[in-house]
Amino acid sequence: MMSVFANLSVCLSTLASEGSGVSDVPSAAAPGGLLEWLLFNLVAGGVVASVIGVCVTKNIVRMAVWLFVALGSVSLLYFMLAANFLAAIQLIVYAGGTLVLLIFGVMLTSKSPWVRWESRPIEIVAAAGVCVALAVGLCLLLVRTTWSSTEQLVPGAAMKTLGERLLTTYLVPFEVAGVLLMIVMVGAAHLARQEE
Amino acid sequence: MQIALLVYQVAGPFVRRFPGMILLSAVVASCFLVWIHALVFAYVDIHILGPAAAGGLAVASPFSILSPSTWGLTPSMIAGLLEKAGGIGASLSALLQYLFWPLQFSIVRDLVGLGAIMGLFNIIPMYTIWWERKVAGRIQSRLGPMRVGGWHGWSQSLADGIKLLLKEDLIPKGADSVLFRLAPYLAIIPSALAFVALPFGSTYVFRELDVALVFTLGVLGIEVIGVILAGWASNNKWSVYGAMREACQMVSYEIPMGMALLVPVIAVGSLSLRAIGDAQSGGWFTWLAFTNPFAFVAFVSYFIASLASCKRAPFDLPEAESELVAGFHTEYSGIRWSFFFFAEYAAMFVVSGLAAILFLGGWHSPLPMSWGESVRQWCGSEVMARGINGVLFGGPIWFLLKCVFFLYVQIWLRWTLPRIRIDQVLYGCVQVLLPLTMLLVLGATLWVWASTSTNAGWAAFSGVVNVGLGIIGAIFALMFPAIAAYGFYHRRRLVGNLVVDALPGS
Repeated sequence: MMSVFANLSVCLSTLASEGSGVSDVPSAAAPGGLLEWLLFNLVAGGVVASVIGVCVTKNIVRMAVWLFVALGSVSLLYFMLAANFLAAIQLIVYAGGTLVLLIFGVMLTSKSPWVRWESRPIEIVAAAGVCVALAVGLCLLLVRTTWSSTEQLVPGAAMKTLGERLLTTYLVPFEVAGVLLMIVMVGAAHLARQEE
Repeated sequence: MQIALLVYQVAGPFVRRFPGMILLSAVVASCFLVWIHALVFAYVDIHILGPAAAGGLAVASPFSILSPSTWGLTPSMIAGLLEKAGGIGASLSALLQYLFWPLQFSIVRDLVGLGAIMGLFNIIPMYTIWWERKVAGRIQSRLGPMRVGGWHGWSQSLADGIKLLLKEDLIPKGADSVLFRLAPYLAIIPSALAFVALPFGSTYVFRELDVALVFTLGVLGIEVIGVILAGWASNNKWSVYGAMREACQMVSYEIPMGMALLVPVIAVGSLSLRAIGDAQSGGWFTWLAFTNPFAFVAFVSYFIASLASCKRAPFDLPEAESELVAGFHTEYSGIRWSFFFFAEYAAMFVVSGLAAILFLGGWHSPLPMSWGESVRQWCGSEVMARGINGVLFGGPIWFLLKCVFFLYVQIWLRWTLPRIRIDQVLYGCVQVLLPLTMLLVLGATLWVWASTSTNAGWAAFSGVVNVGLGIIGAIFALMFPAIAAYGFYHRRRLVGNLVVDALPGS
């Protein structure tokens, strides 16, 4: 399932790169170069390999490390697509925040240092079913959509446009997401509170 | 090893005899190296990208070979050059052309920049560690390292590095050996990555990112994973305690740190460190900490949060020596152990650099940058004007000075403050810093909104606040040299009666 997620992220980042900025310093990986091709295959291969690692590993902490590699590689893909903001946020939110909490949770709850994750056959079957359905759906989506691509990357002030859009055109979804996170936080605080 | 010893035997006597002169000349030489390197790159940039890329600096240079149409030295071109090379000047220019030729490829320039980053990443922790030991010694009325290298043990860290490389590399039997080996790299690589987007000056940056601030915070944030894994993989209860403390401390202090950093971002309107630095070029009273009272308070809260995120005292709970043996690196030895320290000291430098750029003018001197124009007109020569302006009004030297000052403050706090308990750490974050920084963000937005008004009363009020904050800043800036001079003057005096009375046999 994770590899499908990675594919989805790649598509999303393609979309996102249209709205994000590009460094004005010429980089070694000029668009369309051999170096970029090599780097892309390396990083994309890294994503696929690490998500397979997540699925195969039984040790939960090692699983988290594989997940870290996967999330970091996705962030590298974003950087290669010049979606700098998305890449940096991916690093902060997923690699720096969520994953630390995951490992932290494992450390706090585990009884022994060798926490293992044994999944029952029925779980594997169910997960495989969901994965196949998702993969088919995404492939159909990929094939049927007509992708529009721009030769030119948006330079400079893209961050500013992103911020303005979030506070004008997309204000309602932005605020709804904020309120949702707030509710989650209050709920978590309520659950964690000790009874008087 | 043999070669290193030989070099030491040859260079040792000189280093012992003229330590101050060698240190001074090394500093001057490295400044010149950086400066010449930047000039060369500017010339190459002009020829590749046109004058606009080098800040509108139009210079008639002899390096015609670097024009974008010629991507290689053909034999006929070399012959032409040799023909042209009549006088000494002409042959020098031909030589320079030949020398700079590889620099037109961006990958070569990237390699040079990467070399500079890796050099900084190695040298900064090495000398900060030595300096920390010297300062700690001074604070505790002793001398610190004195032997290795001659002058005040200047090569102590180098010798320690060689020792650590040769030490036995132990991996505990019960440890998760793969993660145990991996963890030091996960700690050291993010802190090296943080140098990628950190500007040392307006043009001295390896990769100019429009989201440099978020990127730097992100890579500093993933350093914690290395520490947690180290604690976990060691399979030692002290290590796990250290890692758990580190995890909860880092995750909670990242929030006030990010919130405090939002204040200058709101004030300038950009996430690019270069833009934020350039916005403060008008002298010390335009530095963000002194223009906006919310930024001033945000600066203090950022500094406290950055101490916590670098695990520096009083927040050094993850490696609390008196409680947890050595915390997360209890089981580590040799070079793996030192990787954690490289990561810690490099991260200290990066957070100091962020503080300098975001609140205290970055690479600008207290004098307004605009005075540089008159210097340029006065001296006529572009190269000379650049040299003078780079020293007087703004350049990497000022950035490094500010960083070194913040590093000193971090060291000073570590050796003078006691460690606080974990519940106090979390109380300070969740109940003090977090609400405070939230208020600061709100206040900063209101301040920016109010500064767009043309009301005369508001203008007077903000002017008074600006002058007041500027005076506070100037008093602090003058106070530190004064205290340092006082301390230097009385350097032979013992610390005080308390220490003398407590000494055995007194």
